[in-house]
Amino acid sequence: MSHRSRQLKVSSLARVEGEGALRVVVNDGTVERAELQIYEPPRFFEAFLRGRKYTEPPDITARICGICPVAYQTSACLAIEDACGVELDPAVADLRRLLYCGEWIQSHALHIYLLHAPDFLGYPDAIELAKDHRDVVERGLRLKKAGNALMELIGARAIHPINVRVGGFYRAPARAELQGLRPQLSQALRDALATVRMVSGFTFPDLELDHDLLAVRVPDRYAIESGDLHSTSGLSFAVGNFSEHVVERQVEHSTALHAALDNHLYLTGPLARYTLNRARLLPLARAAAVEAGLGVECRNPFRSIVVRAVEVVYALEEALRLLDAYVVPDRPYADVVPRPGVGHGVSEAPRGLLYHRYELDEDGLIRSAVIVPPTSQNQAAIEDDLRRVVGANLDLDDGRLTALCEQTIRNYDPCISCSAHFLDLTVEGR
Amino acid sequence: MSTPTLGVWKFTSCDGCQLTLLDCEDELLALAGQVRIAQFLEASSAVVGGPYDVSLVEGSISTPDEAERIQRIRAESRVLVAIGACATAGGIQALRNFADVDEFRSVVYAAPQYIDTLATSTAISEHVDVDFELRGCPIDRHQLLEVLTAYLAGRKPDLPDTSVCTECKRRGLTCVMVAHGTPCLGPVTHAGCGALCPAYGRGCFGCFGPMTNPNVPALTAQLRVLGMAEDEVDRVFRTFTVSSFERER
Repeated sequence: MSHRSRQLKVSSLARVEGEGALRVVVNDGTVERAELQIYEPPRFFEAFLRGRKYTEPPDITARICGICPVAYQTSACLAIEDACGVELDPAVADLRRLLYCGEWIQSHALHIYLLHAPDFLGYPDAIELAKDHRDVVERGLRLKKAGNALMELIGARAIHPINVRVGGFYRAPARAELQGLRPQLSQALRDALATVRMVSGFTFPDLELDHDLLAVRVPDRYAIESGDLHSTSGLSFAVGNFSEHVVERQVEHSTALHAALDNHLYLTGPLARYTLNRARLLPLARAAAVEAGLGVECRNPFRSIVVRAVEVVYALEEALRLLDAYVVPDRPYADVVPRPGVGHGVSEAPRGLLYHRYELDEDGLIRSAVIVPPTSQNQAAIEDDLRRVVGANLDLDDGRLTALCEQTIRNYDPCISCSAHFLDLTVEGR
Repeated sequence: MSTPTLGVWKFTSCDGCQLTLLDCEDELLALAGQVRIAQFLEASSAVVGGPYDVSLVEGSISTPDEAERIQRIRAESRVLVAIGACATAGGIQALRNFADVDEFRSVVYAAPQYIDTLATSTAISEHVDVDFELRGCPIDRHQLLEVLTAYLAGRKPDLPDTSVCTECKRRGLTCVMVAHGTPCLGPVTHAGCGALCPAYGRGCFGCFGPMTNPNVPALTAQLRVLGMAEDEVDRVFRTFTVSSFERER
């Protein structure tokens, strides 16, 4: 087969959240272009947040993404609480973490079973997979449902929860209500361990990343809902300095903006979290990681599905721990009095770092808003992977190589709906 | 009778309403036995051409390309159901309809000339005939199942178009507005969520959009009595279904 000039194109990527396309151009054995094109229409959140009240971003920014609304609500709350100098009651902060665990469980279960596993097992979707392996898909749906159950109890609904407010929650659940979830979460923990065993048996193409990895870190826990930023290259900074280190730039080959960390390529998400925070996993998740063959770090993006499965085990272990330790807070929220100033918030959305920054005026109205979603941070790394995967697999025919490219993109669980309000738009026919 | 086909389509949106279909964890595999999911990009890389017996359309029309694409989908669909606040009212991105979209573009994007967008974000029904509109930001899972069941059985969905208040009363909840003085859009908001916000001690914020024939001016007067300033009243109606509420004010 001649490899002189080849073009691979997928005009509508499937099994990702949102609308994206893939384009690869190979000439004389050299990968000239490898692009993840974003054509999701812009929605202008940062523009219409101006003039809104400081209490509104949790509800408004949740609508950026139906798959990770709690990440948006949390980063928004953190940023506004930071601007207003508010500290949460530890019991309220734990409840926020518990809700976020629910989102990790449902989002990761969705990605592992419905979006990503079909690639490894050779099916177009989970429905077809279920025809041969119904028990596998049922386990995935059971797991996903457990995450949703947690979100529905604390947030009132799984998609765009209504119970989150700046300073905490409208209503704190009773202890007995949370305890009622125990049997379901315990079953889910068994399902999660079975998931790690299943995905660790998949075949993973060779690929090792050498970019810098960036994640949030807290001293005593696997960071989810808050923390400082740390990178494998040794960078360490508080969220207030995020915009000094992470800068979006326009790149020549693409209409998309790419984020860079101190002028270099970096990656956020499961690989970064695992590599930076593995020692902070709870015992079952740590043992599952060892059993699954994950080392002290994980730099093969195809193995991100294993890291996600380990993180589901962790989120369930942590949820059960939080649920048992739960004491109903005296008040479900702290009073937040607006004051002029700037606040920053960052949390670990299932697919990577999500940063919010708000500037408030003296009336508590928003003067400016900046949102940096995970997929716009990871896009440069995704394209770098595409280039390397194509370069290393030129002997595959177009169909198989294109499928491998799509799988490469899915390694990152890209949330294109999230990134679109931020990235430039390429219009593609479909 | 051959197996009916289902298409799920995305326009300008957050993906949450189509996710609702995947959130039917107990029903998904049973549903997949009753219908052929012919087009559902979020969930499958297998794509089957039209025509489609039922199309679920998520999202609003906000680009020239989308305005054309919805015409093709309508032509290929026997029944077309618009799902969610974006598809039925233009969504929160319809806030641009009341602002200067060029200014919005320049605030968000460094190189605004690349951004191909319409000046407005509009409901699907402003572009093509829609057989049913399922409300909500996001839609409710049980209501979605009722819609699918109904069309598969060849009947109209049986869903109330009354207010959130009726659901609130049926649940036996204490009225947050009367008892606590909490501003609540329940009296004018379309039913469907099951009165989630009042159940959590919060006033309804209207994410299902206006009910049929709402008395918005009467509620507005009450919101003022409860101490809401004029700009606050404006903001509370200008969220996820801004276009629909603006028509009722």
